[in-house]
Amino acid sequence: MTALRLALRADDRPILIAGASIVLILLAGTAYTMATQGTATLLSPNYLLQQLQVGAFLGIVSAGMMVVILLGHIDLSVSWTLTAAAMMATAVGGPWAIPVGVGVGLAAGLANGLGVGYLRVPSMIFTLGMDAVLRGLMVAHTGGFAPQTAATDLMRALGAERTAGVPNALFVWAAVSVLIVLVLKRTVLGRAIYAIGNREQAAYLSGMPTRRVILAAFMISGACAGLAGVLLAGYSTKAYQGMGVPYVLPAIAAVVIGGANILGGSGRYAGTVVGVVLIVLLNSVLSIMQMPEAGRQIIYGAVIIAMLLAYRGGKLAHT
Amino acid sequence: MSDQVLPADAAPAAPRSGRRRGGDWLLVLRQNGSLLFAIALFALLYLGYHLAHPRGFTTQVLVQNANEAFTLAMVAMAQTIPVLLGGLDLSVGAVMTMVNCIASHLVIGSPGQIALGILACLASGALAGFVNGCVVVYGRIPPIIATLATAAIAIGVALLLRPTPGGKLDEDLNWAMTNSVADFAETFGLADGGKAPWLAPVAWLPVPVVLLVLVVVLVWLPFRRTVTGRTIYAIGSSESAAYMSGLPLNRAKIAAFTLAGFFAGVGGLFLAIQTSSGNADLPQAGAYTLNSIASVVIGGTSLVGGSGGPVGSIFGTLVLRVISFGFRVFDIPPLLQPLFEGLVLLAAVSLGAARALRVRNTLDLFR
Repeated sequence: MTALRLALRADDRPILIAGASIVLILLAGTAYTMATQGTATLLSPNYLLQQLQVGAFLGIVSAGMMVVILLGHIDLSVSWTLTAAAMMATAVGGPWAIPVGVGVGLAAGLANGLGVGYLRVPSMIFTLGMDAVLRGLMVAHTGGFAPQTAATDLMRALGAERTAGVPNALFVWAAVSVLIVLVLKRTVLGRAIYAIGNREQAAYLSGMPTRRVILAAFMISGACAGLAGVLLAGYSTKAYQGMGVPYVLPAIAAVVIGGANILGGSGRYAGTVVGVVLIVLLNSVLSIMQMPEAGRQIIYGAVIIAMLLAYRGGKLAHT
Repeated sequence: MSDQVLPADAAPAAPRSGRRRGGDWLLVLRQNGSLLFAIALFALLYLGYHLAHPRGFTTQVLVQNANEAFTLAMVAMAQTIPVLLGGLDLSVGAVMTMVNCIASHLVIGSPGQIALGILACLASGALAGFVNGCVVVYGRIPPIIATLATAAIAIGVALLLRPTPGGKLDEDLNWAMTNSVADFAETFGLADGGKAPWLAPVAWLPVPVVLLVLVVVLVWLPFRRTVTGRTIYAIGSSESAAYMSGLPLNRAKIAAFTLAGFFAGVGGLFLAIQTSSGNADLPQAGAYTLNSIASVVIGGTSLVGGSGGPVGSIFGTLVLRVISFGFRVFDIPPLLQPLFEGLVLLAAVSLGAARALRVRNTLDLFR
């Protein structure tokens, strides 16, 4: 019966495979620590919560990235959107720090959405240009050094502190997740995002305001990157140059490992969450094993290809 | 889009009237509008640069500029071919870096060893591209995400070979390849030490420029005329039409990625010869990949595939590079340079957007 269900729900297959891989990674890591240190560090709740806290930043970026990928577009500007939001938030400080950070993200998303939705520039190249412009603005603003301004207390509380043993960043991630799921499942906007990802002409002919939907999706992505920047600045107590750069490709990888089609139109949010957890745990287990950077990169690439091949295994040949 | 599928030699060989030929010229002009635009933009910018440069119009400046542009030009050519398919290759910068590190181990010693080393470098670039092609074709994974993964693997191999920057390459080769043709001939004792009269007309040319022309004329142009080469354009125009026409789709896709790997390998080899070392620099690899996409777009190749070509991308690269050369002569504050670069990039890619504002039938936009 399980096989039948798997065949029926194509969307679930990647999530199940990725979930199984997470268990496998945890078991392999635990076997390693048991052999070398005689402890099962990886399975302690404290360790797992710590990893999830680190994962929350990637998770929030991936949530926004997923919305754009569902459209069939991509947002390569998240790296410097995140950095710019963090720098602006710490520069402004006070009660307005967080709204300013998210606002920077919204503004970057607005520019991206206008370029992609209204000017019809391919998103790959327009968001790349936005990334370069934001980087240029930040270099001009900071002089190329790490800014001296520090994160506000509220940012630190959200990014680094814990409530009842659970990191606050996790609550933020959960809140963002609930919002994204509601938008995707329960609103016209969400339906339109999937529709445009499947076939833009059809969506347009059905009377959907495709331009505004694209604009909205990029603004969601920008806002998520901005929020992640605010939290990350809180976590590391300040903003620094290029802090968002290590988040772009893992965010895309997380969405794709979660089973979303990189060409748009299909994918479930739960998959993205599983993808984020998988990437974060893989990184952490590899660093526990003291794997050199070279090996890490190779494993990272091999895992992405292997996962995608595994997902394909269940589908009939098409295209 | 599909008008570039058939090269000129596929047209009937019957004698044509002068008027008809004139019509052909207009057609060729219209088809290559974006290429000509890139060339004109480059010529304009480069003229301005030389006029403003205190040592403008000298071989010295030319050689320096050519050296700085060659690697990106090769990587941009590499990027163009998967883009013609309608795909994207995010691994070109990583493959370039990997070959760069391989070269820093192999291209040294006796002339025979150096020759073998160069061959090994070019072969490993092509092999990396071949693997990309196989993952895309037989794994049925979209190129953008497949090459994202193989890029990580290529960087891993590069780091394995060069955990820290270093290595050493043949010094003569370094000197000969990064200077003018006259210096090249002198180094290897060709053409009477570079003083032969027949060499004089080209003696002032930088070697990288000659190399670039050779790659285009000896590799790209013959390849484009083959069935496989034309199939690449056909796939980019309409994959289902290409399939229905019985064209060798899989072979063309694998060939496209292999050729991309080869071009990226040439770029990596040159970078190693130029810097006389190998460096597994992750941010640098990313920057090359991103700049290659920008070069392709500025060079007039459509990101949806089917039209354009590597020659345009070379000029796209030159436009990008001249803009950064310009910062040196026009005294732009260093802190504003990245912003300026970004704005130029954004403006360049938005130029094509004029079409979106002009179009009559909105449905045309979605193709």
